[in-house]
Amino acid sequence: MGDREAPGEPAVSDGHEDHAPAGFVGCDETIERLYFYLDGELTEERRVEITRHLDLCGPCVGAYGFETELRKVIASRCKDHVPDELIGRVADALRDEHSRQSN
Amino acid sequence: MADQAQFSDLAMEYMPALYTAALRMTRKPADAEDLVQETYLKAYRAFASFELGTNLKAWLYRILTNTYINTYRAKQRRPDIADVEDVEDLYLYHRLSGEQSASLGRSAEDEALDRFTDTDVKAAIESLPDSFRLAVLLADVEGFSYKEIAEITDVPIGTVMSRIHRGRKALQKALIDRGSTRGLVGATDEAR
Repeated sequence: MGDREAPGEPAVSDGHEDHAPAGFVGCDETIERLYFYLDGELTEERRVEITRHLDLCGPCVGAYGFETELRKVIASRCKDHVPDELIGRVADALRDEHSRQSN
Repeated sequence: MADQAQFSDLAMEYMPALYTAALRMTRKPADAEDLVQETYLKAYRAFASFELGTNLKAWLYRILTNTYINTYRAKQRRPDIADVEDVEDLYLYHRLSGEQSASLGRSAEDEALDRFTDTDVKAAIESLPDSFRLAVLLADVEGFSYKEIAEITDVPIGTVMSRIHRGRKALQKALIDRGSTRGLVGATDEAR
């Protein structure tokens, strides 16, 4: 999470041209901050900068779309059915605890 | 201050989320059930100390996490490190975008992602070392913020960010390794 590069400094990226005019963030910085962006953990100012870059940059928006999809896949593939028996067990344990405390 | 009589009404709805986390952490249904039951009992006993209006789900996760660490982690002697030095940013994206796309209108990488089943994703998460697994579960499965995860796991926020970052890289690598073994994705570069 370093400071922003000086405006105008050429940023080298892997695979595609970095076409950030002075004052705009480039691809390297966008990819570096992509997870913070997806996590909603950037300041408003930085969030706007990344959004502006994504509006203009096809390759970065491709990566962004994939990471968004990946997160959905991970969350949705990771559900488990709670055994009915467990719900009963917990309810019983809490009831026992309640009567133990009341005595 | 919270009243114990309200406990069940407020807390039971979080059981599916807690059970999923317990199962990913212990990897065994019997242990996961014990862990969830233990969590609810401890939470019930301590409920007077819970401040109503604050985050009950995070509070329950904190109890679950501590109980897991104190009871189950001691049994396992796996080194708690994630070796992801050689895993580049966007590793999975770069690997899957080289796949063949069978249908129009969908990107090759999204299509490749769809081939991973529930079992693949669960196994990949379960292969991560403890603290990285927990960070990824809390962030990506449960959607907690960095600050909430720092409170739940009782570590500084910088450590949380590093664990999430490294955990995600390790997860992407685990998915590719599993996908290669199962023939869901092409062989790894090294194997070509």
